[in-house]
Amino acid sequence: MKILQQLREEGRAQDMQALVEHIPYARFLGIQVEVKGNEVTTILPFQESLIGNVNLPALHGGVIGAFLEMTSVIQLLFDTSCERFPKTVDISIDYLRSGKPVETYGRAIVTRQGRRIANVRAEIWQEEKSRPISASHGHFLLTPA
Amino acid sequence: MNELEAEFSPHGIALGIQMVGERDGKLYIKVPYADHLVGDPDTGVIHGGVITAVLDNASGWSVRVSEHWTEGTSMATLDLRIDYMRPARPNEDLMVMAECYKMTKNIAFVRAIAYQEDIDDPVASSVATFMTGTPNEKRS
Repeated sequence: MKILQQLREEGRAQDMQALVEHIPYARFLGIQVEVKGNEVTTILPFQESLIGNVNLPALHGGVIGAFLEMTSVIQLLFDTSCERFPKTVDISIDYLRSGKPVETYGRAIVTRQGRRIANVRAEIWQEEKSRPISASHGHFLLTPA
Repeated sequence: MNELEAEFSPHGIALGIQMVGERDGKLYIKVPYADHLVGDPDTGVIHGGVITAVLDNASGWSVRVSEHWTEGTSMATLDLRIDYMRPARPNEDLMVMAECYKMTKNIAFVRAIAYQEDIDDPVASSVATFMTGTPNEKRS
């Protein structure tokens, strides 16, 4: 993606907020990124359009999946500063609690990074970090330029 | 199918999901290509997260149209595993076929395929399990 190259040239390779603002689907979900030192936290502010079940109400399972995937990719880009966007090969999601209509936070860990494939675990939570609403692990294809 | 469409969730509507119909226990939905679903603005390829959301949605609906479904109850996704085979071609609709192939007292098992023109050339495939019979009302 051109934006990765552009950010690198400007010396902002780790400006993850600038990056998500460039991705239409991330803008649609309203995802924000906060970087403190080497810790990356993704933020999903609540909005009505993220609701999957109006009776509970609960966040849409697909939103949760998309947020976990986005959190994983952002962490990978932050850690590896690869030149291309990692491609998701597979992702496996555990739904642990229903997502309340409030702000959601995410963190990911790159558990192994090989030359071609990276393994990433992610977890998202709302009021309490020790009570995650969902967790995932996925494989991502890194394509060296 | 209008009945089902009327019950689409706010997020289903925001994604632009359309119900195509049910045939032989398989549920088909369509997602027209749209700019806000794009993951890579350079190529116009839609984001993997969209595929995730759509597979999840279709999988859930396939449980609801299954003959063993009890009206008035709800369900919760336990897990969803997705394999991504190829990027979705820009400017083409995305289709999903989902099938609830087994339903026990508590659990529904679903497989789904996301594709464009040809179901034998899938964009992604998934397996999911759902816990059925969960309450469908506001938590206290």
